Amino acid sequence: MDVNEVLLPGVGLRYEFVNHEGHRVGVVAQRSGEFELVVYPGEDPDEAKPVLRLTGEEADALAEILGAPRIAERFADLTREVPGLSAGQVEVRPDSPFAGRPLGETRARTRTGASIVAVVRGEDVIASPGPAQGLRAGDVMVVIGTREGIAGVQRIVQG
Amino acid sequence: MHTPVALLLELGVILTALSVLGAVGRRFALSPVPLYLVAGLALGDGGLAPVPAAREFVDTGAAIGVILLLLTLGLDFTVREFTSSLHRHRSSAVVDLVLNAVPGALAGWLLGLDAAGILALAGATYVSSSGIVARLLGDLRRLGNRETPAVLSVLVLEDFAMAVYLPLLAVVTAGGTWAQALFAVLVATVVVAVAIAASGRWGHHVGRILSHADAEQVLLRVLGVTLIVAALAELAHVSAAVGAFLIGLSLTGAAADRARTVLSPLRDLFAAVFFLALGLSVDLGDLLPALPAATALALVTAVTKMAAGWYAAGRDGTGRRGRLRAGTALIARGEFSVVIIGLAAPAQDRLGALVTTYVMILAVCGPLLTRCAPTGPAPLPKAEPDGGRALSKTHPLPAPSAGSAHGVTGPG
Repeated sequence: MDVNEVLLPGVGLRYEFVNHEGHRVGVVAQRSGEFELVVYPGEDPDEAKPVLRLTGEEADALAEILGAPRIAERFADLTREVPGLSAGQVEVRPDSPFAGRPLGETRARTRTGASIVAVVRGEDVIASPGPAQGLRAGDVMVVIGTREGIAGVQRIVQG
Repeated sequence: MHTPVALLLELGVILTALSVLGAVGRRFALSPVPLYLVAGLALGDGGLAPVPAAREFVDTGAAIGVILLLLTLGLDFTVREFTSSLHRHRSSAVVDLVLNAVPGALAGWLLGLDAAGILALAGATYVSSSGIVARLLGDLRRLGNRETPAVLSVLVLEDFAMAVYLPLLAVVTAGGTWAQALFAVLVATVVVAVAIAASGRWGHHVGRILSHADAEQVLLRVLGVTLIVAALAELAHVSAAVGAFLIGLSLTGAAADRARTVLSPLRDLFAAVFFLALGLSVDLGDLLPALPAATALALVTAVTKMAAGWYAAGRDGTGRRGRLRAGTALIARGEFSVVIIGLAAPAQDRLGALVTTYVMILAVCGPLLTRCAPTGPAPLPKAEPDGGRALSKTHPLPAPSAGSAHGVTGPG
């Protein structure tokens, strides 16, 4: 799918795309953090019909609703495609020896063969964390590997 | 410390009156700029209620107002927007300049003004009000329209042209020779180019020096540096306003956003004082004689602005209705026409009255005209507050709790 990006100097950006039904959709992202969703109905192709205006917070909520199931689906697809591979989550508890230490020190991949593909910290997702990525108590690591591998990472991190 | 009661009282009454005017204006979707000018007129010599005690403060505040207006203009600017506007709408900018500056210059010549007056009037008719227009496009829900990038590009290029124009005006007004004026323009152009290049390369350093976790520190630092640079620029005859614009340009990214947030209340206050001061400086008795000339000039330059907008939108492949919307949107003149006169008017009494009247006409009529431009049916009616409640369920915000948000299976 092609998303066209149009600069609105002094105001922000506009993203445009055509959906599978042939509707032209525009999203105006203003510098102020507000969003406007528009469609372009037939008669005057230049004129947008405003559909919604969203504050930054509302836009975040909408993005989450639209985005979250898709991330889960992708993980599910990935593990389904490769037999024997699973995905799991390992929480860094406050008493973990690695709370406050860099990820690399767990040597998780070397020791278990499982990969840590993301660290979920509150509302943020740190994708593809490097070995220098610090871990904090409360972080949740997303681990991909065999079931034994994931259990191994859990043993290492949770001490 | 002696408390100047009269000053406090007058100032308080003035600001309260401005807020009432502004609120009434917003109600009818009018820009506050012409209303502030009217307020200034009413308070000035020969007006309804002279304000002797507040006069000195207003005059000082006006100088700061210009600087803050230009500073925030510079803060809004990004290199990417400028280059892409220039790339796509260079010819629109030229058309806009020729069509709209020439009527002003001709009018100045017909009225028998000197070179500085002609130059000032040309500038005042050329530059549209980016403040009024950008706000108007948002209010009219036109940000999604195809003609809108063209309109905004023209505004950006006009604002940028001010960086070259203001030093030229400053020198010519000060009675400098054309060679000096040319030199000032050259200096300004080089300095602006350097500032842009530097902001791309070292902008984050400038940003680091001027930014701080504490809002008070940001305010004091940015304002302090800006006033110093503005004063130096004025000493070097490139106009204080341009100095402030340069500081705005050299701040980019997050530092610019932060400075904008911190400074905008201050900008609003002092810009209002500035518009007020301009109204104050015009004698009410001069206004009526200026009306015919201002009306004629407004009519002509409304048409020429429409033509410029028509052309610019056409370059983006917009249809007839969109081009009409673009043309009418650009008609409004406002803060920068006033800034120009603020710089030139002390030497030019008639000019002040003429341009004040001119801006009041176009700042009010421009937005009204573009409202009448062809648009489709009104936006969808809002849903009933209780509509569909029976079938729906309100969720709290889906907090991405680490455990379940990603739906991956737990470890075996």
